[in-house]
Formats: sequence, C-alpha cells, structure tokens
Amino acid sequence: MKVLVPVKRVIDYNVKVRVKSDGSGVDLANVKMSMNPFDEIAVEEAIRLKEAGKADEVIVVSIGVKQAQETLRTALAMGADRAILVIAADDVHQDIEPLAVAKILKAVVEAEGPGLVIAGKQAIDNDMNATGQMLSALLGWSQGTFASELDVDGDTAVITREVDGGLQTIKIKMPAIVTADLRLNEPRYASLPNIMKAKKKPLDEKTAADFGVDVTPRLEIVKTTEPAARSAGIKVGSVDELVAKLKEVGAV
Amino acid sequence: MFELSPNTHYFSEDHTAFRHALRAFVDKEITPNVPAWEDAGRMPREIFKKIGDMGVQGVICPTNLGGSNGDFFMQIVVSEELSRCGAGGVCASLGSHSIGNPPIVNHGSDDLKTRVAMPVIAGDKISALAITEPGGGSDVGALRTNAVRDGDHFIVNGEKTFITSGMQADFFTVAVRTDAQKAGHGGISFLMIEGDTPGLGRTQLKKMGWWASDTAHLTFDNCRVPVTNLIGQEGEGFKNAMMNFNAERLTIASQAYSFAEVCYREALAWAQDRQAFGKPLSQQQVIRHKLVDMAMKIDAAKTLTYDIVYRHIHKMDPLNVHIARTSMAKITATDTMQFCADAAVQILGGMGYMQGTASERIYRETKVLSIGGGTDEIMRNLASSQLGI
Ligand SMILES: Cc1cc2nc3c(=O)[nH]c(=O)nc-3n(C[C@H](O)[C@H](O)[C@H](O)COP(=O)(O)OP(=O)(O)OC[C@H]3O[C@@H](n4cnc5c(N)ncnc54)[C@H](O)[C@@H]3O)c2cc1C
Ligand SMILES: Cc1cc2nc3c(=O)[nH]c(=O)nc-3n(C[C@H](O)[C@H](O)[C@H](O)COP(=O)(O)OP(=O)(O)OC[C@H]3O[C@@H](n4cnc5c(N)ncnc54)[C@H](O)[C@@H]3O)c2cc1C
Repeated sequence: MKVLVPVKRVIDYNVKVRVKSDGSGVDLANVKMSMNPFDEIAVEEAIRLKEAGKADEVIVVSIGVKQAQETLRTALAMGADRAILVIAADDVHQDIEPLAVAKILKAVVEAEGPGLVIAGKQAIDNDMNATGQMLSALLGWSQGTFASELDVDGDTAVITREVDGGLQTIKIKMPAIVTADLRLNEPRYASLPNIMKAKKKPLDEKTAADFGVDVTPRLEIVKTTEPAARSAGIKVGSVDELVAKLKEVGAV
Repeated sequence: MFELSPNTHYFSEDHTAFRHALRAFVDKEITPNVPAWEDAGRMPREIFKKIGDMGVQGVICPTNLGGSNGDFFMQIVVSEELSRCGAGGVCASLGSHSIGNPPIVNHGSDDLKTRVAMPVIAGDKISALAITEPGGGSDVGALRTNAVRDGDHFIVNGEKTFITSGMQADFFTVAVRTDAQKAGHGGISFLMIEGDTPGLGRTQLKKMGWWASDTAHLTFDNCRVPVTNLIGQEGEGFKNAMMNFNAERLTIASQAYSFAEVCYREALAWAQDRQAFGKPLSQQQVIRHKLVDMAMKIDAAKTLTYDIVYRHIHKMDPLNVHIARTSMAKITATDTMQFCADAAVQILGGMGYMQGTASERIYRETKVLSIGGGTDEIMRNLASSQLGI
C-alpha cells in the first residue's frame, strides 16, 4: 500500500507573527517557515506504517510556492520515499484555499493510487480544518479526523478520535483519509545523514494547471488584526479577596 | 539578537535544514534537562546516542565512518545550536569527541577507525582527549606521561588532569612521551587507551562551572597498551595536537559568542519586561546602551569567525595567517562572552545572581573558555609568532 501525505509550508510556530500594515494578512517576507506541525505528525505516522510493514511507500506532496520544496526535503529526510511539488503560486503571501488543495490532491490520489491519505488536522497558519474532509467528500472515501491512534488492518482501519470531552473509537473502510491530531505520535527529527540522503530522493515538480485546477481564491480576506494586547493585572491582598474578585467577574 | 537570513556563501540549504532540525531537538531533548544534568554532574549515556542518531558527532567525518562529510560550517551550526541550551558543561561533555576523535579519524589505522572512531560517531561510545598534565597544560612540549616499549605493548605511566568526559569516556586519545631521549616536541605521540585498561584511575573534579560535564584527573600506573593503538606516526603527536587545536579553537569561538547571545536574549527580555522608576528598564539609556554593546560585540565575533572558516575552506590564506586569526577569534569571542555575561547579570540585578537564570550559569562558565583549548596568553603568543611580530 502507498500512503500519501500532504504537507504544507507555514510560518514557523516559534515566529512572532506580524500583521502587514495594510491588514491584508501576515508578513511572510524573510520569515522562518517550517512544515505545519500536524503534517509532521502525519509524515511520522506514515513512516511508522512503513516500518511496521503495513505500507510500501510514503509519498509526500506539497502545494504552493516553489520554496515548499524545502518542506518536502524535510519530509524526505524524516523518511518519506519521494515527493511531489505542485507549484500553484509565485507569491509567498498567496494561500491556496482548502477546496483548491483538495481538488489537486484528488488528482494526485487518482494518479498515484494510494490506499491511505494521512493529513494534518489543520494548518497552523489559517486553522481552516477543512482539507482532509473536503478530499474525503471529493473522493467518496471514508474519513477519520482528529486521530490520536491509528491501526490499519487490511480493509479496515480503527481510529481513536479526539472529540470534545473524550475519545471516540471508530472503524472505517479503506481506502481512507485520516487527519492527525497532536497526540497521534511524536515526530522524529531529521538527522544530518538523512538530510544528505534526502537530496538524492526523487522530487517531481508539477503545476496546478497540470491537474486543471483553478486556484483563484474564492474567499476574500476582509481584515487581519493583531490579537488584543493583554490588559494589565491587579494585585490582591488575600485569598478571600482573590475569590471575591473571581466571583465578581464570574470566573468561579 | 537579530536573526540574519543565512549568508548563502557560508550556509547552504543543508546547513539550514540541519539547523532547524537541531534547534527543535535542542529545545525539546536538551534544554529542559539542563538543570537535572547540572545537578547530576554528568550526562546520561542515552543523550550521546540520541545526538549520534542526529548525526552530530559525525558532522565533519567521512561517510565511510558513519559521518556526513559536512564542511566546517556544519560544525559551526552544531556548536551554535547546542549552545542555545545555555549550558557549557552540556556542550563540553557532548563535544569531547570533537577533540578526542579527530586524531583517529585523520591519522588512525583502519582498525582504530572501525573499533573507536565509528562507535563514537554513532553515539554508542564516548571519547576524550587527554593532553594536559598536573605539571602544565600550556607547555605541551614539556609533558611527562611516558610510554615505554615492551614487546608489542607500551607501558604507560603518568597523570593527566582536567580531562573532559574523563569519568565516562570509553576511549582516551592520550598524548604521551614515547621517546625519553627527545626532550620537547619531538618525542610526543598519541596513544589510544581504552577506559577499562588495568592501572587507569579516574577521580572526578569539582568545578566553578560546567557542572554537567564529568571532568577527571587520570592516573596511569603501568598501563599496558598494544602498540597497534598508536595513532599516526610515533613522534608526530605534537604536530597532530596542534592541528587539532585549530578546529577546537574555532569551535570554542562559536560556542563563546553563542553563549553571549543567550545572555543577550535573556537580558533583553528581562529589560523590556521589568518596570523600574515608571518604565521598562530597557528605556533607561544606560541599560539600552549596554544591550547595544552586547549585540555589537556578538555580531563582530560571529562575523569574524565565519570569515575565518570561509577563508579556510577555500584555502585563501597561508597557514600562519589562519592560525593567527583563529587565535585572535578565540580571544575576541571569549572576551565577548565575558562582557555579555557580566552585563546580563548586572541587568538582571539580584535575579542575575540567582541559580535558574542562564546568565548566572554562563557567568560561571566564562573563564573556562579563556583557559581551555589554549589560554588567552598562549593565543596572543601564538598570534604574535605566526604574524612575525
Ligand atoms: C573545565 C576544563 C576542561 C578541560 N578539558 C580538557 C580536556 O578535555 N583535555 C585536556 O587535555 N585538557 C583539558 N583542559 C585543560 C586546559 O587545556 C588547560 O587548563 C589549559 O591548556 C591551561 O593549562 P594549565 O591549566 O596547566 O595552565 P598553565 O599552563 O599552568 O598556565 C597558567 C597561566 O599561565 C599562563 N602562561 C603559561 N605559559 C605562558 C607563557 N609562555 N606566557 C605567558 N603566560 C603563560 C597561562 O596563560 C595561564 O594564565 C580543561 C580545562 C578545564 C578548566
Ligand atoms: C545575594 C543577595 C542578597 C540580598 N539580600 C537582601 C536583603 O537582605 N534585603 C533586601 O531587602 N534585599 C536584598 N537583596 C536585594 C538587592 O538589594 C537588590 O537585588 C538590588 O537592590 C537590585 O534590585 P533588583 O534586583 O530588583 O534589580 P532592579 O532594581 O530590577 O535592577 C536591575 C538592573 O537595572 C538597573 N536599573 C534600575 N533602575 C535603573 C535606572 N533608573 N537607571 C539605570 N539603571 C537602572 C540596576 O542598576 C540593575 O542593573 C539581595 C540581593 C542578593 C543578590
């Protein structure tokens, strides 16, 4: 079985995000970019399936600007076998929306024939949480979202999902789309020997047009603003006063 | 510190990719454990294996020994990123291989490469370098530990001191006098001595800083060492030791300005947050000038070090110029570290004197980098002789 893992290049989670002065979005010029952390978890899970003998090949795909090939190289250094880069934008500030991504992924799935797609549950830049679900709908495949455990066994997969207030275990038919939650695994680091080996692994380059998908945005960003600055706290003199204040603001 | 985008003359995509991976690794696997390791006085073996798996010990070693054959900028990346944990003892302990292993990698027999260099690169074994003696460290030519030939063995007697990783090391690269007739440089050779050799004694030393590193005093009492453990040619030990020092000094320079940067970041965050006399400390002119002085010196030390590495990789200078500039860079960077540690502790006020801040620890670790790997005075002597002053 082949496993396909889509990976997105996003602003690094350690970077303090700055909103562009015109409010059109976040400043990404000369900012450290990394693989979306949920996608790292997805890549790790796919590699573990391969190590467990349940998958033969791990293919990673990224859709976006040319620089996303660095993200793919990271995935290859972690242990993916080959990569596909779909160039869909020139400007680092252009985000490809989930529907367009899902359409391109559908075409990639049709060309590659994987038995499983593992995606991150969401990308930390726009937090859409939609691509996996849309891809499932477009392909008519089963979906297991927010996975914290995944066990593939022949035609079925058992997935533990992180739902509000607890865990839900479901059994779904393969082929399937699984989206990774934070606790699915702890992704490995790319070691230097593997970074060097990754350079020799195949990386195919395509464009959105190759798949006949129109990536023109359908959503309009009306405004982007910084989170409100945290207002200053106050000092209280005693536990009683603290409890009284908390009651006053309805916190207890 | 302001983060510059990588100068592409120096750092390729590979360097940057490894830097990113290492940074995540250090943030998660190293920095949170520093207090526990400092208290324990040594590093757990597992961490050597973990950094071995990351490829740290083999960055600049040949691929046939399990290394990655990176250039010296890869070594710089390693030392900058490990130093972000803010604990010199951690870096020293994890880095003892970088002085213990190269003589074997560069001059050792195939047998030594397989038996010693490879498991060290893999992180399965720990390597240390033992040159300094109680009778003197700077004057390497005067060392007294002797190795007398007895059939196919050397009988080694003597003492070594201040040896990093000395308590845990599996393999010691030891400078010994193999020719008692030759005083000075000529009679010195490198021997690989296994940690479990009968007659080898170890005592842990307590130190001002670098607590996580197990520094030891070693005694050799009639240790029998196979002649096949000779590293390189007999009598070439001094020359090989000197070559080893150049790389060590550049590594120390990069550690020193990186620790300075840790101090700078801590002091800046503190000064911007701490309110005194109605405004943040960073708004007091005397404090902001201090912070600028710190950034200025770090930038200069780093830029100088990069330039030396680049020019060395591209063989742009005669060796004497390289050695002189390396010596000067070591002083520049360690002076920068002293300045920044001092300024950071001062800016942190009483908090800077308390354990738990990186600046407090680094303040205690400034001296060792101005002494180890060649003292400031020896660096100035060397620079002046190399420049014909
Ligand atoms: C924490 C720590 C870890 C170490 N790890 C190792 C290790 O792993 N392996 C190892 O072999 N060594 C190690 N060393 C030893 C280190 O390399 C020596 O301390 C250093 O070389 C200085 O030698 P010394 O201490 O004998 O001082 P000395 O050589 O006795 O020097 C004392 C002082 O005299 C000055 N001096 C000496 N000669 C001259 C001169 N000609 N002109 C002017 N001034 C001079 C020196 O600069 C210094 O200020 C370590 C040291 C420390 C502190
Ligand atoms: C070991 C130890 C024992 C102590 N014992 C006692 C004790 O017994 N009793 C007690 O009350 N206190 C004690 N102290 C506290 C000590 O008096 C304070 O640490 C000291 O007054 C500095 O205050 P601070 O630490 O809050 O630093 P801050 O006041 O926050 O100052 C931090 C830095 O900013 C600088 N700074 C502050 N304001 C300005 C300004 N306007 N312009 C320029 N620079 C400025 C300071 O000079 C300093 O470098 C002790 C401290 C230590 C380390």
